[in-house]
Amino acid sequence: MSQRESDEVTGVETTGHEWDGIKELNTPLPRWWLGLFYICIAWAVVYWILMPAWPGISGYTKGVRNHSDRAEVAKQLADLERVRGEGAVKLKTASLQEIEQDPELQSFALAVGQSVFGDNCATCHGAGGTGAKGYPNLRDDVWLWGDGSLDEIHQTIAVGVRGDHDETRISQMPAFGRDQMLTAAQINDLTEYVVALSGSQADKVAVGRAAPIYAEQCVACHGPAGKGDPALGAPDLTDGEWLYGSRREDIRSQIENGRNGVMPSWAGRFSPETIKALAVYIHANAGGQ
Amino acid sequence: MTVVIDTVSRKSADASASGAGPAKGPVSVAQKVRQKGDPGGGLYKKRTPIYPKLVHGRWRSIKWALLILTLGIYYVTPWIRWERPGDLPDQAVLVDFTGERFYFFWIQLWPQEVYFITGLLVLAALALFLSNALFGRLWCGYTCPQTVWTDLFIYVERLFEGDRNARMRLDAGPWNINKIWRKSAKHAFWLAVAFSTGGAWIFYFHDAPTLIRDFWVGQAPMTAYISCGVLTFTTYALAGHMREQVCIYMCPWPRIQGAMLDNNSLQVTYRYDRGEPRGPHKKGQSWEGRGDCVDCNQCVVACPMGIDIRNGPQLECINCGLCIDACDEIMVRLDRPKGLIAYDSDAAVAARARGEKPTYRLVRPRTLYYAGALAVVAAAMLWGFTQRTTLDLHVLRDRNPTFVRLKDGSIRDGYTLKIANRSFQPQDVEVRFDGVPGAVLKTPGKDSVEGPLIARVEPNQTRAVRVFVVAPPESLQGDNMPARFTVSFGDQIAEAKTAFLSGAANPR
Repeated sequence: MSQRESDEVTGVETTGHEWDGIKELNTPLPRWWLGLFYICIAWAVVYWILMPAWPGISGYTKGVRNHSDRAEVAKQLADLERVRGEGAVKLKTASLQEIEQDPELQSFALAVGQSVFGDNCATCHGAGGTGAKGYPNLRDDVWLWGDGSLDEIHQTIAVGVRGDHDETRISQMPAFGRDQMLTAAQINDLTEYVVALSGSQADKVAVGRAAPIYAEQCVACHGPAGKGDPALGAPDLTDGEWLYGSRREDIRSQIENGRNGVMPSWAGRFSPETIKALAVYIHANAGGQ
Repeated sequence: MTVVIDTVSRKSADASASGAGPAKGPVSVAQKVRQKGDPGGGLYKKRTPIYPKLVHGRWRSIKWALLILTLGIYYVTPWIRWERPGDLPDQAVLVDFTGERFYFFWIQLWPQEVYFITGLLVLAALALFLSNALFGRLWCGYTCPQTVWTDLFIYVERLFEGDRNARMRLDAGPWNINKIWRKSAKHAFWLAVAFSTGGAWIFYFHDAPTLIRDFWVGQAPMTAYISCGVLTFTTYALAGHMREQVCIYMCPWPRIQGAMLDNNSLQVTYRYDRGEPRGPHKKGQSWEGRGDCVDCNQCVVACPMGIDIRNGPQLECINCGLCIDACDEIMVRLDRPKGLIAYDSDAAVAARARGEKPTYRLVRPRTLYYAGALAVVAAAMLWGFTQRTTLDLHVLRDRNPTFVRLKDGSIRDGYTLKIANRSFQPQDVEVRFDGVPGAVLKTPGKDSVEGPLIARVEPNQTRAVRVFVVAPPESLQGDNMPARFTVSFGDQIAEAKTAFLSGAANPR
């Protein structure tokens, strides 16, 4: 550029470019902006050298810092284990009762239990643990298996119900209707009998007809008074709690079809201390022994 | 407004200025220096270097004293020890982020009491308003960290480069061994001061004796190194290089202060009633018919903000009083009374100029409002402070499930009690529940009780205690029964309202 030219109106220097008499004003980028721009370019080069950057045919440039996001995650997980360290070690060695009685260990177990429960148990038992039709309520004082003590809860979590564990808890409610063990009329009568057991209004004549059937088919598990037996996993028919619904048709349907829900065994999926924490969490929040 | 950036015309203007310079006669060193900082247009006004001259006098002495006092407080405070029981830190003033506590001698604040800090900030703001309305920008002139550190940095500068004239000569002169060693020694010293400033800061956040050891062996937390580095940089940049620019361009206070000042505020004032008409004065000349100002420029060269106080109150003026000292030195030499420049009010000067007797009104509606607000906030804080308890309770009622119906028809509600024990001893806290007759309390790991539950809370900790309340069917009235938890130990008591949901809205 031989000579610098300024625009008459604004007094701003032009670039010398001209289109149909219109000249381009030279308004350069601010120096701070350019400075940052060059710094960014320099930084990009530094970044390529330090960090994984360029894709290649069989891999990518690793960078001299040898950084890996995956390794970083693994390290953070290891750190988490380390942070949990002390509490987790104590969970391993202490008994369930000791865990529940020591305030510090109890809060640790409750925290672990709550998060594990939310991730694994809440799907069926609900976030609040109150269950749903077919899934037992864990917050009240009615227990299908065991007496609701810490050890029994721990056992149920570990082996499951009708699960794949060798010692899993098993009880079998026959499908009286589907397997044609009883006629439809007999099932109707039996339904009235069960309703009567729980203290609700029922057809007395039907109850009378059903008494011998109950004595023959049901007593073995549910007992003569319908009290059931938590050791066998036989539900109490008198407590007003119904796993599969409290309406007549719900009760009839269960006699007809005999549904047997499954709870998986968690012994192979959780570490022993996690199961302990979960047992403490469920026991602490349940009305039980 | 259109701003035109014209590099061409600026260059020519520069050329003509330097070309025309010698023609006007000898150019002083100060003039040369000022020309170096000639703005010349554009968005950015170049800084005109300021070379404040050392003065001696009453206000300078007060400033030295305050400098030593404030810096002393800053550097020494983290090293004061204060015995606290157990594992608690023994540092008198400590902002403990990991432990989530703020310790100040016998006071300790929990994060949820941060409103006391807010209150202190409100108090500080109101005190600033009040002092400003009474005496102008006293804070700026004497105790603002920017002023204190700038003063310290200028002191260091003077140590290596001499006073005003020597410094200007050095800057205008060529680079030689003398200039290089003086400049590098100054910057090294500045950096050392800046580093110790940043270094002192981090001691407020960790146990000082432990941290100083860890710091030098590379074992201190990364935040300590980063904070130290950032503060070293900002101190060096703000006190060493930017100085008055911080006050003029970065700080919002000079802009706000205009709203706090009025004609009756005492501030550094040139008493034009006495000074004008100004002009040079030869020894033996009469003082009749002229002002006391001899135009010696000493007030200007002493000013760390680079202004002429004789132009009246200005945004730049930090009210430091150094021009008062400079002027008084001259007045004494001339055998004239001191105080041509003094802390005075515009109203008083104007009154004297009219030949009236000046009146000073420190008590006026503005100062009364500020003082009143200050008193109200201080009283509220004091009241809040005396109402602090060492025991605190928050109750969270379970929302899922809202209630559990048990076999016998009784209802169980779950609560999480957050019990805070602010004492330094473990406490067995009694937990009571009122509102539902016959209610039984149960906490995990303990048997159900009808009376109070006992929960142990470790010293200086909050514990979340799960409490279940079981109410027999006959005591359930209404679906939502107002209830209350009370926790206590010794003479300490705290309570929180809650509700007992009876499940009546969801019958079996």
